[in-house]
Amino acid sequence: MTEQLELLGPTAGQAQHLRSIEELSVEDLVDVLDLTDHMVEVCRRPVPKVPALRGRTVLSLFFEDSTRTRLSFETAAKRLSADTMTFSASSSSVNKGESLRDTVETLDAMGIDAAVVRHRSSGVPWQVSRWTSASIINAGDGWHQHPTQALLDAYTIRTEHPAARSAVAEGRRPLEGLHIGILGDVKHSRVARSNVQAFQALGATVTLIAPRTLLPPSVAGWGSQLTVTTDLDEVLPKLDVAYVLRMQLERQEQALVPTLREYTARFGLTPERAHRMPGDALVMHPGPMNRGVEIAPEVADRPNSVITHQVANGVALRMAVLYRLLGSGVPLTGGSDV
Amino acid sequence: MSAASPRPPTEPSTARPLRGGVFHVRAQVLSADDIRRAVTRIAHEIVERNRGDEHLAVIGLANGGTWLAEALARAIAGIEGHRPPAAGVLDVSLHRDDIGLRPVLPGSITTIPGSLDGRVVVLVDDVLYTGRTVRAALDALNDYGRPRAVQLAVLVDRGHRELPIRPDYVGKNLPTGVDEEVRVSPGGVEIGTVVSS
Repeated sequence: MTEQLELLGPTAGQAQHLRSIEELSVEDLVDVLDLTDHMVEVCRRPVPKVPALRGRTVLSLFFEDSTRTRLSFETAAKRLSADTMTFSASSSSVNKGESLRDTVETLDAMGIDAAVVRHRSSGVPWQVSRWTSASIINAGDGWHQHPTQALLDAYTIRTEHPAARSAVAEGRRPLEGLHIGILGDVKHSRVARSNVQAFQALGATVTLIAPRTLLPPSVAGWGSQLTVTTDLDEVLPKLDVAYVLRMQLERQEQALVPTLREYTARFGLTPERAHRMPGDALVMHPGPMNRGVEIAPEVADRPNSVITHQVANGVALRMAVLYRLLGSGVPLTGGSDV
Repeated sequence: MSAASPRPPTEPSTARPLRGGVFHVRAQVLSADDIRRAVTRIAHEIVERNRGDEHLAVIGLANGGTWLAEALARAIAGIEGHRPPAAGVLDVSLHRDDIGLRPVLPGSITTIPGSLDGRVVVLVDDVLYTGRTVRAALDALNDYGRPRAVQLAVLVDRGHRELPIRPDYVGKNLPTGVDEEVRVSPGGVEIGTVVSS
């Protein structure tokens, strides 16, 4: 064929990134959730694989341990027929003293279309995007952001909560009118930051529930509708979603809570507390769970706990993100570049 | 882009380009009544060719073929002595060969009625043009099973095929120019041009 193919619009050739929820407009958020519906259908097929990203290479660039997020991204890439490469810091030349920049530039030279980045320091995904022309997806940087977790949580609420389903049917923002409580170690949680932004942008009211020692010094800039409380029992009957964060046991030596038993007594989601929530309220957790600390085993296994849905939706949501950034040719509308 | 190219460099190679602009109607080719008669005729042709087949599945290609597949399924169900066929919708966006060359986002959610193993599948679209959508659909069907046979029904065949694909059932053969556009709805088929605004 001698035919000339039409090039994409003004953004052709310019990499699109998802490093923070702030890079997405409300329309982008809604679009990605709608696209996830298609990917859920693909995952349900007898052959759950489409050729959409054939010939593209997705690199997992993980400087911090992770099983579920890395496998979720790699499964998503493979279901779109992309090739995957895995880099993990523990078995790499980083141990020989190679710098982050040299590592990234070496991998970039092999030819990659997207890099999924996790690092214990905030801001690394932005730094990495200066050293490669690939699309950067943040899979967790320090205490800062974990945007795909926030998106899959928003998607899970949108599909599982009856009020969210009717909001979608009526053409409103999917989480409009919902009251979501984020419970636990907000201070050290990148999940909390991303989720607050995504939930609020999609119309939800968000309350942070934690002991003062586990709250950041200031939540100014986290959104105007945000409320903070230390009284779980008071706010519980009003919650449509209880989003339980992992108690980071490795931080116990910092004495941020007196004992884990006292934490469980005041902030643990026990069966008695779960019963005081509205009948259609959802229980969520980003995993891995400390059963018996922040969430009781009976609560995690109840029917209104959608924790396993979150994991299943993670693959479809990440397919939607990869396709939107690498394949769709439709640029994101929101967020100015940093 | 080479200036020596025999065709304009902006020419899209797809059946339904995402072109902005105003659609100027040149002529109405089929009226709503014509479409109804064509659907009835095609339904009879499908039944005649697949006589007694219990496993017919009528699948519309999203989004243009969706309403037409529903109309065809109803018409087949209305034919005496024939069992209503299974109906479905297939979105082929993620199987297209022009991903990365133009914006491609899925339309409707695919719904396939059960396994397609051993069934006769009739793919339905409103306009047959380059044939690339149909190629993507044949590829997508593989993910749902192995049909015994796949047939193609279109309301309008406008020519300009780029792949070795031909329809089994045609509402109307419509000679067109590549700069023209065909718009189809249950209310009629129109031919015209898009003038960028």
